[in-house]
Amino acid sequence: MSDMTACPIPPIGRSLWQDARIRLLRNRAAVASLIVLALMMLACVLGPLLTGHPYDRVYQDYVRVPASLSSYPKAEALPGAVQRIASRIRATPSEVVAEATHVRLVLASQRPIDQRLLVYFDRSDQFGTPVITGSEQEGRRLSLDVPIKRQYFLFGTDSNGRDLLTRTLIAGRVSLAIGLLATGVALVIGVVYGATAGYLGGRIDMVMMRIVDVLYSLPFIFFVILLVVFFGRNFILMFIAVGAIEWLDMARIVRGQALSIRRQDYVLAAEALGVSTGGILRRHVIPNTLGPVVVYVTLLVPKVILLESFLSFLGLGIQEPMTSWGVLISDGARAIQATPWMLIFPATFLVTTLFALNFLGDGLRDALDPRDR
Amino acid sequence: MLTYILRRLATAIPTLFVIVTISFFLMRVAPGGPFDLEQALEAKVMENLRRIYKLDQPLFQQYLTYLAALLRGDFGPSFYFRDFSIGELFAQGLPVSIRLGASALLLALAIGGPLGMLAAFRQNRAADHAVIGFATAGITIPNFVVAPVLQIVFGLTLAWLPVGGWNGGAFRNTLLPIVTLALPQIAVIARMTRAAMIETLRANHIRTLRAQGLSTTTVALHAARGAALPVVSYLGPAAASLLTGSVVVETIFAIPGIGRYFVEGALNRDYTLVMGTVVVVAIFVLLFNLVVDVLYALLDPRVRLE
Repeated sequence: MSDMTACPIPPIGRSLWQDARIRLLRNRAAVASLIVLALMMLACVLGPLLTGHPYDRVYQDYVRVPASLSSYPKAEALPGAVQRIASRIRATPSEVVAEATHVRLVLASQRPIDQRLLVYFDRSDQFGTPVITGSEQEGRRLSLDVPIKRQYFLFGTDSNGRDLLTRTLIAGRVSLAIGLLATGVALVIGVVYGATAGYLGGRIDMVMMRIVDVLYSLPFIFFVILLVVFFGRNFILMFIAVGAIEWLDMARIVRGQALSIRRQDYVLAAEALGVSTGGILRRHVIPNTLGPVVVYVTLLVPKVILLESFLSFLGLGIQEPMTSWGVLISDGARAIQATPWMLIFPATFLVTTLFALNFLGDGLRDALDPRDR
Repeated sequence: MLTYILRRLATAIPTLFVIVTISFFLMRVAPGGPFDLEQALEAKVMENLRRIYKLDQPLFQQYLTYLAALLRGDFGPSFYFRDFSIGELFAQGLPVSIRLGASALLLALAIGGPLGMLAAFRQNRAADHAVIGFATAGITIPNFVVAPVLQIVFGLTLAWLPVGGWNGGAFRNTLLPIVTLALPQIAVIARMTRAAMIETLRANHIRTLRAQGLSTTTVALHAARGAALPVVSYLGPAAASLLTGSVVVETIFAIPGIGRYFVEGALNRDYTLVMGTVVVVAIFVLLFNLVVDVLYALLDPRVRLE
């Protein structure tokens, strides 16, 4: 009994991943990036439900309105809007009194006003259903009390009059989804291919890497464009296409790792025990290549998002009314002089995300490879 | 060395052959053809066109015809730019793209290299953080955002430089496109130089130099040689893609380079144009990979070319 207590408790070792986590959490830029990314994802997933505008709702009366914290319609725009609607009813407005939630006015006309035409107020984005408070001269003068519909466009609207905030958030969903899905595809193909080539080695390795070299020399846009043409600009297939092109680097990195891993004692032991090749790959080779792979993945996601925006710039990306940051930015870049907010907001979102991903990638690299710091 | 270069050039030929074959058949699998217009052509006209361009022959026959012409250095006629052969298009566009790309590359090296070294010597201090921040911005901000912003600022607001156009290659016209092309490269080169430099500064030979009390400049020069290796291997593919033109920059600044041809060719099913671009780009990639390997051996005596 006393012998047992004399035995010192062995210190609990820290695994590579625990070590890496501690180092990562000490890196302020990386932690900040993690928080920013989490907030960005939350905003993009939940945000479109909270803005009060569907992403494809067109507000004909609010085309290209600038970003504003106060609500639309603006007080100075009301008389003009009333005038436009009144002229469609073929009447002239007078005594227009604008209040916070209502506009009171009197419509006058040569002939009796057809009250069915008042529906034009309803149809506009600025007003609700008018209430007739008084009718004079056999319907030639109508006193109206029209409620104002208050709308917020915090980021302004685009050239079709759609709320840019909602569209930016929806675009974020698409861009992030593309980034993650395409990276996932690249990850799976690259890791399996690279690990197989590296572990098997010899002639098979040479042939497999030669294929990678050949694919490397092909202009990658060529593939993307061909795939886009094949798949007819299908949303999900395009991610897969992009992922199928971005796996080359991954395969090279993993192969390099696998080449050194296959000579490790534990792999030799597994071979001696008669574990199948697939089993060794799954159980020993692939898990041990994950360090550099994780780093590369965080750097690949921004690359894919940029690639998607490049395709969208060429007009090969996501199709309307769906949208992505790339689509929004290329629309904004075309109209940069007249409507700068159409470029500024999506570009800020994109660049913030890419910044965060890059800093996170750097932080992960430092955390997993402590030699650098 | 010479035999090495010759052998590498010889092995490039089968690679090129594979690339040509893959792209030829991939392009043909894509639906649609070069003469598909919004309004369908008359059957007889279509038939004649297809016969003139030999599209009515079996695919494999066409492939052999194309290969034979390619061996003679003939890229064939363009399907889309009806009055031009691919050779003529490249003769006009390639010098433009090469000039822009080479200038951008030199600018990127001249700025990115020193920036990266500065950051490495001041590691984890303000200058380092500034360079890292700038480099990350350069990588993350897409060039189709940079280009219009530059146009607005320098072209319209300040009115110092033309907004676009080539104007026979006037220096003023090339400035904005070169800067747009160079910015991301500056960023990447600065980052790579910094990382490589930090590693090299820890090496034994650098410690010996420092122990001997040599000046920082001498130490930096010695370290630069070692740190250049990863940068050089990045520059190979980067140079190939820069010199063969950028779709975005050429479209936004209205520059008659060859960068646009690829996308235009693929969208219009201009088979010969796409094939020509693929071949030209592949030649550049293979050539610059060779240059990188030779430079590598010159910079690092431990690397032997065999």
